[in-house]
Amino acid sequence: MNLTTGSLPASSDHRSCENDSGPSQALSSAGKPSLSVLTARRWTVVMVPLMLLSATLLLICVQFGAQWIGLGQVIDIVEHAFREGSVESEQIGTAGVILLQVRLPRLLLGLLVGACLASVGVVLQALLRNPLADPYVLGVSSGAALGVALAILLGIGSTVFALSVLPLCGFAGGLLSLVVVYRMALSYGRLPIHSLLLAGVILNSIFSALIMFITSIMEPNRSAGTMTWLMGTLTAPSYPALAILACYLMGGLFLLLKQARRLNILTLGEESARSLGIETEQVKRLVYLLSALITGAVVSVSGMIGFVGMVIPHAVRLMFGADHRLLLPASALIGGMYLMIADTAARTLLSPAEIPVGIITALAGGPFFIYLLVWRKDRFA
Amino acid sequence: MSLSSAREQDMTGSAVASRKAYEVRSLRFRYQPLSRGAENWVLDGLTFDVEAGEIFGIVGPNGSGKTSLLKLMAKVLGAQAGDMALFGRDLGAMPQVEVARTVAFVPQESPQVFSFTVMETVLMGRHPHHQGEKWSAGFGWESAEDLRIAEEAMQYADLTHLAGRSVMDLSGGERQRCMIARALAQAPQVLLLDEPTAFLDLQHQLEICAIVRRLKEERGLTVVLVSHDLNLASQYCDRILMLKAGTLFRLGPPHDVIDVEGLRDVYGCTVLIDRHPESGVPRVTMPQYRAVKNSGNSL
Repeated sequence: MNLTTGSLPASSDHRSCENDSGPSQALSSAGKPSLSVLTARRWTVVMVPLMLLSATLLLICVQFGAQWIGLGQVIDIVEHAFREGSVESEQIGTAGVILLQVRLPRLLLGLLVGACLASVGVVLQALLRNPLADPYVLGVSSGAALGVALAILLGIGSTVFALSVLPLCGFAGGLLSLVVVYRMALSYGRLPIHSLLLAGVILNSIFSALIMFITSIMEPNRSAGTMTWLMGTLTAPSYPALAILACYLMGGLFLLLKQARRLNILTLGEESARSLGIETEQVKRLVYLLSALITGAVVSVSGMIGFVGMVIPHAVRLMFGADHRLLLPASALIGGMYLMIADTAARTLLSPAEIPVGIITALAGGPFFIYLLVWRKDRFA
Repeated sequence: MSLSSAREQDMTGSAVASRKAYEVRSLRFRYQPLSRGAENWVLDGLTFDVEAGEIFGIVGPNGSGKTSLLKLMAKVLGAQAGDMALFGRDLGAMPQVEVARTVAFVPQESPQVFSFTVMETVLMGRHPHHQGEKWSAGFGWESAEDLRIAEEAMQYADLTHLAGRSVMDLSGGERQRCMIARALAQAPQVLLLDEPTAFLDLQHQLEICAIVRRLKEERGLTVVLVSHDLNLASQYCDRILMLKAGTLFRLGPPHDVIDVEGLRDVYGCTVLIDRHPESGVPRVTMPQYRAVKNSGNSL
């Protein structure tokens, strides 16, 4: 459909200059074009520094731990490992093993998990039109955890084609709780905030009870491990496992990013979105499925790490605006950085003992949740 | 300048045979039945046409099906029975995107919980025109043309000075104008408005009405508006459809539809009707000394 040929009488005399300089002129008269519209340039200006910052933070965090490994030593070890083409202990020494087999994969896992939790938080908030939505608060994480715990109990946590089936069990549990929360909270076509939170609370307590029952009937040594995992713990994965997980999760994030514009429009409400030509049911189904898949996989490797999906998107919206084309990837990077910092704190605060990182994020995120609910509810309730 | 081109193109092309924006035949609609066997039709057998280029008002008491009808016309809801044609094409068979290129819908309330700017919100109206390339529909940048059309729509709704403001910080009138600008950015041929002046003070009501009038006169837009306000409908609509419990009660120019007997029949109360001092259209006034239970919707 050609939209350029028609012309209003009032402004037709400006047409000659419109083709090249019209928009910028019009926008500059509108005030602050750079702030009111997201452009590819602004996107790059935000995203590139964030990527550099993530890399820098990784280098800083990797030095912390029970044993301090300085930057110079880090560079030596990495250089050596590259020259040898191996991360085996004979070639790189004890510090090398700590750095390359424990800290680095664990930090990378933290980056990935944080990115996923923040992104899922962003898209759930958009679909539910509620800035308090978070996979943990809504009971999606505990549903996924139930699925995983059940799989561990039944002993089907073995590997299929080198891929663990645990993420799939987590996906099933997460999807189940997403559907149940949605159905419970839906009233007259709306999703009131308090119904949503209440539905999440109820599901969380039911699932927690079931999970506790499952751990109580496990063998003692397995149940201790399961409890630690449930509290939200990052453990260093092997590089192949990390690579598989990264491909899977980054694929999911990429597919979510492809829905960014539709997510923007869905925040107007479903009826408005449909009147703008969006097949809302189709988009919602896809995004909910991806959210459950991502949450399931994340929970199966790191347990229940809460509030990242609520704190990070809120902060990123304040900094960079609400457009999901930028909000989603920026939240992913900042969420990743947040979890790297939280996990470094978990490893070092009571060193050599470790605190489950889920405790740190809950202690940081819980009060923030209260702040939003009490002081900012006029904005969304 | 360019919002009207889609309409022009259509007019010169296929639309010769369909000067009618909508042709509605025996339309029946209900929400999910509450109890089995209950015949709770919201709309029951509606038949009417909307001419291209007219301002068409839909009035009626609470629960008479006004908003449902508007949503059916926007294809936001789907009817159980009956046919609806949009410029001669079967609405039911049109993809949602194509409907969105022709029809823009402004719901009664548009609450936004995230701090999108006015400009970003208006630009969302360009979405149906991005559908060509799959990638850009999901993640792409606005073209210069999108920006120009959005800018023009904002000028029309007198929003240009608010372009960078968050929609959450707007007043009721500004938000309504923002939603109308978003609808205009769709470059539609038909504009559907649900209670466009509800909750607005007099000045803002007049502003909205002036915008609607200008859209009809300057761009030949077809406007369908739902309103509780009989005086507003009488003053601004070319024709009025009065609904009574989901059926067509009367359809015609304001002076044919609004009279004492008709309103008593539909609303169940007696009101005073005289002529508007300027335009001569019927004017509805609440009577004195009568314990009217209706709240003062009709001024």
